[in-house]
Amino acid sequence: MTQAPPSTNTADQNSVGIVAPQKLHFDQPLQLACGRALPAHDIVYETYGELNADKSNGILICHALSGHHHAAGKHSEDDRKTGWWDSCIGPGKPIDTKVFFVLSINNIGGCHGSTGPTSTNPDTGKPWGPDFPPLRCRDWVESQHLMMQHFGISQWAAVIGGSLGGMQAMRWALEYPDALRHCIVIASAMKLSAQNIAFNEIARRAITSDPNFHEGRYLEHGTLPKQGLALARMVGHITYLSEDGMKQKFGRELKTGNLSLGSGSDTAVEFEVESYLRYQGEAFSGSFDANTYLLMTKALDYYDLAREYNDDPVEAFKHAKCAFMVASFTTDWRFAPARSREIVDALVAANKSVSYTEIEADHGHDAFLIPIPRYMDVFHAYMKRLKQELGHAF
Amino acid sequence: MRFDLTLIQPWINANSRVLDLGCGDGMLLETLSKEKNVSGVGLEIDPDNITRALARGVNVIEHDLNVGLGNFRDDSFDMVVMTLALQTLRYPHLVIDEMLRVGRECIVTFPNFGHWRSRWYLGHRGKMPVSKFLPYTWYDTPNIHFCTVKDFEALCDEKNIRILNSSVIGADNSQSPLANRFPNLLGVTAVYHISK
Repeated sequence: MTQAPPSTNTADQNSVGIVAPQKLHFDQPLQLACGRALPAHDIVYETYGELNADKSNGILICHALSGHHHAAGKHSEDDRKTGWWDSCIGPGKPIDTKVFFVLSINNIGGCHGSTGPTSTNPDTGKPWGPDFPPLRCRDWVESQHLMMQHFGISQWAAVIGGSLGGMQAMRWALEYPDALRHCIVIASAMKLSAQNIAFNEIARRAITSDPNFHEGRYLEHGTLPKQGLALARMVGHITYLSEDGMKQKFGRELKTGNLSLGSGSDTAVEFEVESYLRYQGEAFSGSFDANTYLLMTKALDYYDLAREYNDDPVEAFKHAKCAFMVASFTTDWRFAPARSREIVDALVAANKSVSYTEIEADHGHDAFLIPIPRYMDVFHAYMKRLKQELGHAF
Repeated sequence: MRFDLTLIQPWINANSRVLDLGCGDGMLLETLSKEKNVSGVGLEIDPDNITRALARGVNVIEHDLNVGLGNFRDDSFDMVVMTLALQTLRYPHLVIDEMLRVGRECIVTFPNFGHWRSRWYLGHRGKMPVSKFLPYTWYDTPNIHFCTVKDFEALCDEKNIRILNSSVIGADNSQSPLANRFPNLLGVTAVYHISK
């Protein structure tokens, strides 16, 4: 168990408290969709809550593009930030750790401890870098399935994810139909739009055209393409927010300088939004691996739920056996409500159990991380049926 | 349970697949699921109703009926139900067409504007009727397309819609024989089971 004793900090009764990441080593080769195999791999993960006796209360959290295993709680008392989905995971929260055993892993190809481009390639003794095998979403599902076997879980109560995480959750429903009872897909899509791929390509070009990129072998050169990665993140960040959200958050407020005529100020003018984006870009480029970013955005671009089902999502979803909950956010233009509705329509046509809500929110795509009251209400309401299936009376 | 919801249940077959337009808090679908093993999904636009339906284990899709049913395939449901929502729609006749496209059979219930109280209210006071059952004033009412039993049957006739069953609920909230003898005058709520 990774979970430390409950936090002594009583400020947040709904927090999982202090958590510690764990690492698992898998010795057997992991066959990948590209045809290559990872000879061995490590998975870094966290768990919250207790697995029950019949191992029926497991929930798998699938992370999005820049996510990782640290989804809830803090690593230490002085940790400034909580895990990326702390709004939804914890005692009394929608993913209630008093009831469920939650597993959150860092996907392979990631850069937070699981085997990825910064790990050592056993064949060369050098970092994998650009030679790391290209990954598809289903490769993550396969490695998550190995984790499931490790914990002796035969069926998840739910697989849950937002954005790219939602894509993994849907892939689970098709690849392992008997292995989950519920699939919760938030702010996601069955495939990216051309506009989405275009933004990803700008992000990739920003990285690959950084002089420090060195064809992806920057670690061997002792450099980091920080500038490119920061730019990539800045572009990405704009697409995660909505116009209204940015207007409310930054407006045209100035961080420095003075725009009034004849002010005589020689301080450079900087808008709040510029400062914010620069900060986000710099923070990200110091903590994320550029090759991982390339790999993850490619996996996003290549994802097409129904490709192998004659491009027919209804045909695809006929293979699923679980119940679905789909949610979208009104101002999310990166994964627009219309994309979620396509999922819902295909599920209805495939005669599957599905619920759908379109949450009014001005936070854009980022809304899925934010505890918007109505979002929390419907999430709680849906999770109630999972609790009832486990025999919890309410 | 609302009496119109009780009344329509015998028309819905066990194990069938039901689409409930304007499902409210999901009471009908929950009952049908428990008592008839019906698998259903509701369409609803009110956030509080959606949360309540989800919490009672009913599948609900957030959907504005005024955009139509273009999201749903032909004959994808055994039964499409719409209770007390007809009069709130912008294009009720088009939604009925859509219901008959998506479902093999349909059930529609609506407040009968031909009821004597409405006639009396309008005739006597010369003002749009306001009642306990329909408490809105003309300018803020969600009910923008009132019709009578006769109007509805004329529409069915015009569209060659088969009326498989019909009934009205009287002022005493029951299926009184007298009200069913003079449905357009004594029926408060009209209940229709229709097909193509």
